[in-house]
Amino acid sequence: MKILEIRDLHISFKTDNGKVRAIRGVNLDLNKGETIAIVGESGSGKSVTTKAIMGILAGNGVIEQGSINYTWEDDYSEEVGKIEGKTVDIVQLTKEELQRDIRGRKIAMVFQDPMTSLNPTMTIGMQVMEPMLYNYKMDKEHAYQKALELLELVGITNAKKRMKCYPHQLSGGMRQRIVIAIALSCDPYVLICDEPTTALDVTIQAKILELIKDIQKKKDLSVIYITHDLGVVAKVADYVNVMYAGKIVETGTIDEIFYDPQHPYTWGLLSAMPDLDTDDSILYTIPGSPPNLAKEVQGDVFAPRNKFALNIDYRLEPPMFDVEGSNTHKVASWLMHPNAPKIEMPKELKHKIAKMLDN
Amino acid sequence: MSISTLKYLGKRILIAIITLFVIVGILFLMLKLMPGTPFNDEKLSEIQKAQLYAKYGLDQPVIIQFFTYIKNMMAGDFGTSFGISRNQPVANLILPRIPISFGIGIAAVILGTIIGIVLGIYAAKHKNTAADTIATLFSVLGVSVPSFVVALLLLLIFGVQIPVFPVLFDTNNIILASILPVIALSFGVIANVGRFTRSEMINVLSSDYIALAEAKGLDTKLVIRKHAIRNALIPVITILGPILVNLMTGSMVLEQIFSIPGLGSLLVKGITVNDHNVVLAVSFLYSILYVGLMLIIDILYGIIDPRIRIAKGE
Repeated sequence: MKILEIRDLHISFKTDNGKVRAIRGVNLDLNKGETIAIVGESGSGKSVTTKAIMGILAGNGVIEQGSINYTWEDDYSEEVGKIEGKTVDIVQLTKEELQRDIRGRKIAMVFQDPMTSLNPTMTIGMQVMEPMLYNYKMDKEHAYQKALELLELVGITNAKKRMKCYPHQLSGGMRQRIVIAIALSCDPYVLICDEPTTALDVTIQAKILELIKDIQKKKDLSVIYITHDLGVVAKVADYVNVMYAGKIVETGTIDEIFYDPQHPYTWGLLSAMPDLDTDDSILYTIPGSPPNLAKEVQGDVFAPRNKFALNIDYRLEPPMFDVEGSNTHKVASWLMHPNAPKIEMPKELKHKIAKMLDN
Repeated sequence: MSISTLKYLGKRILIAIITLFVIVGILFLMLKLMPGTPFNDEKLSEIQKAQLYAKYGLDQPVIIQFFTYIKNMMAGDFGTSFGISRNQPVANLILPRIPISFGIGIAAVILGTIIGIVLGIYAAKHKNTAADTIATLFSVLGVSVPSFVVALLLLLIFGVQIPVFPVLFDTNNIILASILPVIALSFGVIANVGRFTRSEMINVLSSDYIALAEAKGLDTKLVIRKHAIRNALIPVITILGPILVNLMTGSMVLEQIFSIPGLGSLLVKGITVNDHNVVLAVSFLYSILYVGLMLIIDILYGIIDPRIRIAKGE
């Protein structure tokens, strides 16, 4: 069942340098219980997309067109009985409706930097209990019990004592666990993890990823990961969306993206992933830098950085092409056109993938 | 309150007391070094002057005078006035003036801080709107225009042209008479606190934990009340100290303008007639006030910011 469906989303920001078209026609699907990842360089629009889902875009951001449909399932509660399922377009909701119905309760978010995402002057316990107290009007005792359970669920030992602690008394890994506990406090259906491990120690990263995976299974959550780390993607995602300059350029299952990538940008990303096996001592980078989206771009925005670019890339924006033999794998590149010259992925990458397949 | 907190408090109070003794020492020395004498009367002969010096112990070496002063001070005796009103104990001169000066000062601080915080929060919430611009303009004015200019302006408008308030301080109706001085004094406080609150609030509102609080599904009012204000006010407390010093010096001039029978005017008068004991006692009182307020601000800081509380506690 589709729980979240983004169609043709356009977001722009008004700045002193003019209008920046940060998101330019994003389509995204999230099914219940699944994990999708959005991968891309900094500034590609990953975080903006998820902030739009949460309705917490910065003040100068405007959703110009498109829809973000969230689907309620039929639900049963002891007090009200059956709650009829329905689909709402988050874009059309008012700020109050968003805050009352969606944020926290349906879609929750784990932020990037646990060092700054907790309120320094409020106890951990209060921060975890707060959404339950105010959103669900739960009484203090119940909320306290549930907060304790949540802290234990996210693997915090000595939870009772920790409830009274302030954020600065805990380590980064612990704080990220708290942030996850806060996200879970209102029993959301969708969890958005915005680079949840970027700010953490490598040894803690794997633990946090395991934890999120574990909780996802227990609570039947749908998860959206935002990351630039393909290592993280490989560990957690079912589907991958590769984003570049506000557009999704390639989407597919994890195997399709890792073992059969089609878009030159995805090739670049995979090649840039360091590993121990490569004989080459030079670290691969994608040449150039992301485009300035305040300017109108003709054709494919990736063309100037793409050594395989065709003439048409400079004139027309490529549509999404289906990859033959798959109904999940889609690529936005003119190279996929039947008349395009057949271009193979770089040899080094081929080796790399072959090695990955061997392992 | 834990034992460590009490220990910290004890240490701070001890330091405050030592500081005060050092202040008295410096004040005493400076007054002795000042040229001039309290008995500056041409009619007095040298013999009479010598008699007066002997009577007040001024013929003794400075160091003996100092210890005598400290000894008497500990017993609550601040000496007698030489010039302002002869042979009156200084305490008698000061005591009735304390409530007037402090009343006006405290009222100005409270009024100024509250209005300043409210204005600052409002301006931050409506950043880059007309209201914010007006508030900013107001605070620039408030910081740069001295309080006596505001006082004169207020007097002109509300004392002379629309005579609602008395121009000279009326001791029969203290509350009515205090309104203009309080407003004039609080003007600078409002501006300073407001400006600072605004910038801190803008900082806090763009922080990650406010985004998280919003992502939790809390409504905006709650986010501001429970998450933003407290964090924004912590730095504001630090500037209260300097603001209070400003206020004390400002009040001396204001008391002259409004002819308020307060400590400031007493101090100014004491200085002009070389009345050492009065100058010393009033300056000392201001010092106690300042050191005490700094102590309170430090303690307040610990209460409002858990990071500091724990750091010194455990």
